[in-house]
Amino acid sequence: MKQKFTKKNKVKIDETVLTTLLKTFAYSTIGITVGIVVILFSESSHFFAEISLSEFLGSTKWTPLLEPRHFGVIPLVYGTVLVAGGALVIAVPLGVLIAVYLSEYASVRSRKIFKPILELLAGIPSVVFGFFAITTITPILRYLDPEIQIFNALSAAIVLAVMVLPLIASISDDAIRAVPKSMRDSGYALGATKSEVVLSIVIPAALSGIISSCILAFSRAIGETMAVTLAAGATPQLTLSMKESIQTITAYIVQVSMGDTPHGTIEYQSLFAVGVVLFLIIVAVNMSAQLVVKRFQRKYV
Amino acid sequence: MNTSNLVLIRKNQTDISDVVRAAYDELTIGKKNNLKRRKLFNTLFRCLCALAVVLAVSVLVVLLSSVFIDGWQWLDWQFLTDFPSRHVEKSGIKSGIFGSVMIIVITMITAIPIGVGSAIYIQELMRESWLKSFVKTNISNLSGIPSIIYGILGLAVFVRILGFDRSILAGALALSLVILPIIIIATSEALAAIPNSIRNAALALGATKWQMVRDHILPNAWAEILTGVILATSRAFGETAPLLIVGALSYAAFVPEGIFDYFTTLPIQIFNWTGRPQAEFHQLAAAGIIVLMAILLVTNSLAIFLRNQFKRKII
Repeated sequence: MKQKFTKKNKVKIDETVLTTLLKTFAYSTIGITVGIVVILFSESSHFFAEISLSEFLGSTKWTPLLEPRHFGVIPLVYGTVLVAGGALVIAVPLGVLIAVYLSEYASVRSRKIFKPILELLAGIPSVVFGFFAITTITPILRYLDPEIQIFNALSAAIVLAVMVLPLIASISDDAIRAVPKSMRDSGYALGATKSEVVLSIVIPAALSGIISSCILAFSRAIGETMAVTLAAGATPQLTLSMKESIQTITAYIVQVSMGDTPHGTIEYQSLFAVGVVLFLIIVAVNMSAQLVVKRFQRKYV
Repeated sequence: MNTSNLVLIRKNQTDISDVVRAAYDELTIGKKNNLKRRKLFNTLFRCLCALAVVLAVSVLVVLLSSVFIDGWQWLDWQFLTDFPSRHVEKSGIKSGIFGSVMIIVITMITAIPIGVGSAIYIQELMRESWLKSFVKTNISNLSGIPSIIYGILGLAVFVRILGFDRSILAGALALSLVILPIIIIATSEALAAIPNSIRNAALALGATKWQMVRDHILPNAWAEILTGVILATSRAFGETAPLLIVGALSYAAFVPEGIFDYFTTLPIQIFNWTGRPQAEFHQLAAAGIIVLMAILLVTNSLAIFLRNQFKRKII
């Protein structure tokens, strides 16, 4: 009797220890978020002690490694948005068309072939896409138009489009497949063709999912690093031409990390300052994706 | 205005049915309503969708074949066992492979217990409350943060504050931050797929919550969890940016001996070679990519195999 009792007690104690351990693990994830925010803001405060916020946000020159030094973040943000926006222009129509094909037209068998291919594309590391941009996309572009520089925004945008394509296609595919069959059937009953059903019934019904997939793709493209660094080069400038080299926020962070910047220098601190900007953009974009889902999601029974 | 027009037409036209038909065509969808056109558009749209798929597939084919054509000639035993060098023909990826393997092992040791453990706690042991939804939202937000931010965090915390310097340990810890949310989400999904009847049955027989998890939930979910873990690991294997930020060397002609050594990894070696202007180094990069992709292919196939092989059918 007594033995049984202690055994039960032991189980309870073991369980408490384990549960506490798991609890610590689970709550440590909140610590990561807090850590990111605290580190980014506290480290960049050293930067803003020397560079005024108005120069950081107002100046249109970013030359932190050359004299005279300028610390205007606008060219970096512009380069980032230009490349990510260009990627979306290419990837959104393609991705949605692929999603429509997979969910509406493809047979079960061809779906089983194409889905893994998309997953394969999504699983390729970004440095490989960078290689692809430099050795394949850029030479093709330069063959078509010799004016295009070796490092150019267009090549980066194209390779980013390839990278976010699986994301757009698979989330849009899920959204389209969630549209109930009865809605399609009522379209057919009214005499619509398949393309009319897709364009005027299915896509509008799945729009919240499709839009949020596009926003997530935008966020992914903004945070993407290796491919953009390799393809777009390191020339922070405000240019309308995608034939020229630009620099994204992420590419600047890589550029600084690659060089030996001692702890405490202004270059080192600028890393955290642009990190804050990147983080805030990403958070804003991701939140707007969640907002779109909440605001526009309709449940069909 | 309209009526007077109609009257005019009616006066001039001899056959009234023509007027009706014209008005019908005009008033309804018009040209679009033409069945032939609509059917043609239908076919064209279908072709357009198929074309998009073909385009995506052909990009993949071009990518893989260009890598293969460039890199195949450099791929030999010497390439795997030599250190990188200024001389193309003597260059290899030994230091990259050793660095990658060591990084991945430490990343898995730290990320898997914490990731799977948090998921078990959140999914199975936590009571429904605002705190639970807060933790869950936080994790999904973390998964949306780009890996380069984790690199910056790792640089500040592991390299500077904790003083690990630019070591394998610092890189691996930064990398485990990157894949932690992925592991937690994959594990949570695997656990959520287990039907409640199993939980209720275990609890009804007097099992404690932990006994329920250990004896009934995990045996049913482990294959799915393992699949998620392997996929996260292969993601970490190809990850480059956070390691660059933490301070991986882009040129290292030695094998790291301990977890506090400097290091380079295979993707960083590839990045270094790709960034050089000479075409020979691009070919070396391609050869490195073949090795990298081969490793990823093996791990991912293993994951898919596991998923298919051990998928238990729970009703």
